[in-house]
Amino acid sequence: MDEGTELSSTIAQIVHKLSGSQLHFQMERQAKECLNHPSVQLETLKEDVKQYLRKSGWEKKLQNAVYQELNMIHTSGNPIAPPEHIKEPLTYMRKAQASWEKRILKSLNSMCTELSIPLARKRPINEQKELLTKWNEMGTDEPDLSHFRPVYAPKDFLEVLINLRNPNFDNSDQPSASSHWGLIQVPLRVKDLSELREFFSELSLGYGQLGIEESSQVPQDIFENEHARIGRKVLADQDSAAAEQYIRQGSPTELRAELWGLILNVTSEPEDIMYYEQLTTSVVQHDLLVDNLFYKDVKLTASNDDYYFVFEDFLYQVLLCFSRDTTVLEHFKYNSATPPKSYIRGNLGIEEFAVVYPPNGVIPFHGFSMYVAPLCFLYNEPPKLYSVFREMYMRYFFKLHSISSSSSGIVSLCLQFETLLQTHLPQLFYHLHEISAQPLRIAFKWMVRVFSGYLATDQLLLLWDRILGYNSLEIIAVLAAAVFAFRAENLMEVTSLAAAEAVLADLSTLKVIPLLQIFLFATVT
Amino acid sequence: MDLIPGSSSMYDNMVACSVKAPVSLQIGNMVTDTANPGVLVIDVTSPECTSFNLQEISFKNNYTAFLMVRLHKQDPNSPGNAKWVTCLRNYQLMPCPHTEEGAQDYFSISRQQDSEKTLPSWISSLTPVGQAPKCQNAVPDPDKISSSIQQMWALTEVMQSSKTTARVGRFDVDGCYDINLLSYT
Repeated sequence: MDEGTELSSTIAQIVHKLSGSQLHFQMERQAKECLNHPSVQLETLKEDVKQYLRKSGWEKKLQNAVYQELNMIHTSGNPIAPPEHIKEPLTYMRKAQASWEKRILKSLNSMCTELSIPLARKRPINEQKELLTKWNEMGTDEPDLSHFRPVYAPKDFLEVLINLRNPNFDNSDQPSASSHWGLIQVPLRVKDLSELREFFSELSLGYGQLGIEESSQVPQDIFENEHARIGRKVLADQDSAAAEQYIRQGSPTELRAELWGLILNVTSEPEDIMYYEQLTTSVVQHDLLVDNLFYKDVKLTASNDDYYFVFEDFLYQVLLCFSRDTTVLEHFKYNSATPPKSYIRGNLGIEEFAVVYPPNGVIPFHGFSMYVAPLCFLYNEPPKLYSVFREMYMRYFFKLHSISSSSSGIVSLCLQFETLLQTHLPQLFYHLHEISAQPLRIAFKWMVRVFSGYLATDQLLLLWDRILGYNSLEIIAVLAAAVFAFRAENLMEVTSLAAAEAVLADLSTLKVIPLLQIFLFATVT
Repeated sequence: MDLIPGSSSMYDNMVACSVKAPVSLQIGNMVTDTANPGVLVIDVTSPECTSFNLQEISFKNNYTAFLMVRLHKQDPNSPGNAKWVTCLRNYQLMPCPHTEEGAQDYFSISRQQDSEKTLPSWISSLTPVGQAPKCQNAVPDPDKISSSIQQMWALTEVMQSSKTTARVGRFDVDGCYDINLLSYT
């Protein structure tokens, strides 16, 4: 397809997606109402209405909505490609994802059978009433979770990724200096250091950054004042694209919540709050097995974390609502994963009784609640907290636990990490390889959790600023390599995987931006 | 490469064609030579009609890096005589052939495209320092785009379901959401 056709295909896709949306109805309503306005004349109706919408800020909202869709479009949009190709273009990856999903379903089914608990049931009225009274303090309710276990942990998923093979790829060469020493054995395209330098150019030493103590180029306090001034202007203009560009240099703490909301195009309209209320009603009415998995996960992870335990109640509210949110099903169009299916009342195979389980199609794993925890520092209103989390999940987090060839997918990130390490720290990689301490076995859990729970929260938020700014997760692969580079000296002296883990156990003192800058721009190529 | 006989395209007149198995171009003894061939040839013929006006070729790639298309073209001046014409040379399907990019993608090549792309991206990145960077974001011609928008719109209407994208929200069936086991199909 030539460029023109590709562009018009993209435009058609976006228009199709936006028609029937909340914004569409609002603009239609606004256009009808403005007919009474004196500036709108019958002779020049079309132009006047457009001008009115432009002046009253609706064009900006439309621009932001289009920009949001552009950020999500994942393929060049050749119309002859079937839906499964849009989910994932490579057949062997689709097959691997399908068999991984089957294992998860089997695991969940056997848990149900062992514990004799249904996957979902309607709560009796007295139970519903009880839950309503305890809604804001679900953390105090201590159900017996001892029989529940997480469906899977990141390390189980890593084993699947290690065994991924492209049947068309002949990898029979003997291992040598030019072969790949790492665990990922599929030939995905990853950026090399010079491409990363170009991609992350705003992180270079010539630009001011938030997250560094001092700079040789610009006095830090002058930069911070000026940067905050620009941030306030970006927020006043309500321009998503400008906000995304701005946040590449970090966000001032006081502006971060609003900026992230603007970039993710998350609104706080009455409709959004009503929708959240609807979700809470669903939580009260139906009890799901995955609720217990979330309880267990929060208890095992966030509750034990010094930074996040105070948000325990918020986490339950958000995660339980998330499970019941069918709008999340939209992201399966571009996710290689498929939502699990079931039939109500045992009517197996009868399509009119077919449902998705859980309603949002996402089965949690050990550590899932850590995707939400850092957001609690930014948002104290549950509807807004929820909307921001859902948008982050549908843009980024889902890529970390599904098998795909996407450049921000976990497989590419793992390969990116290993390639950077082997290319720029070959001595370290070789040493770790020889003592059977494959670096990915340590870094994997950091990347799956987007470093949540490993970095100090202020550092984590500076990192997530850049994820939003560059609309890519690749930065976490670079950071993982940068951490190894930083601790290279100590790592060269270890003689076992356990000792290597110990060297890298505590990342809470790390400053991410200087680490990234040193690795990206001070590494000798 | 998997050609899609009868695949949908922007035009209604699809030509049924038979696609022969790929034949490798190899010098030397094909039985004893162990090197993998780098070039394969696929013959596509149309049993239905002896000649047609080709507008577009659509196919799914299977790890082919570069494509050359040759047509057995009828000479308008002397009907009955036909000769082989190269209409597409070294058309790049995979930007970096050692990696998966483009390896299983769908392509549509229309009659208008006869540009030659001889340099793959990994060679062009060796251009000397100091050369002006390529303008990545040149704005395409708006008239050209608006003329093809109508067709694209019609196509996406057909391809996607006609369900509204507005939220519905219900996950139960008539208020019931009692589930015991997940289904494997």
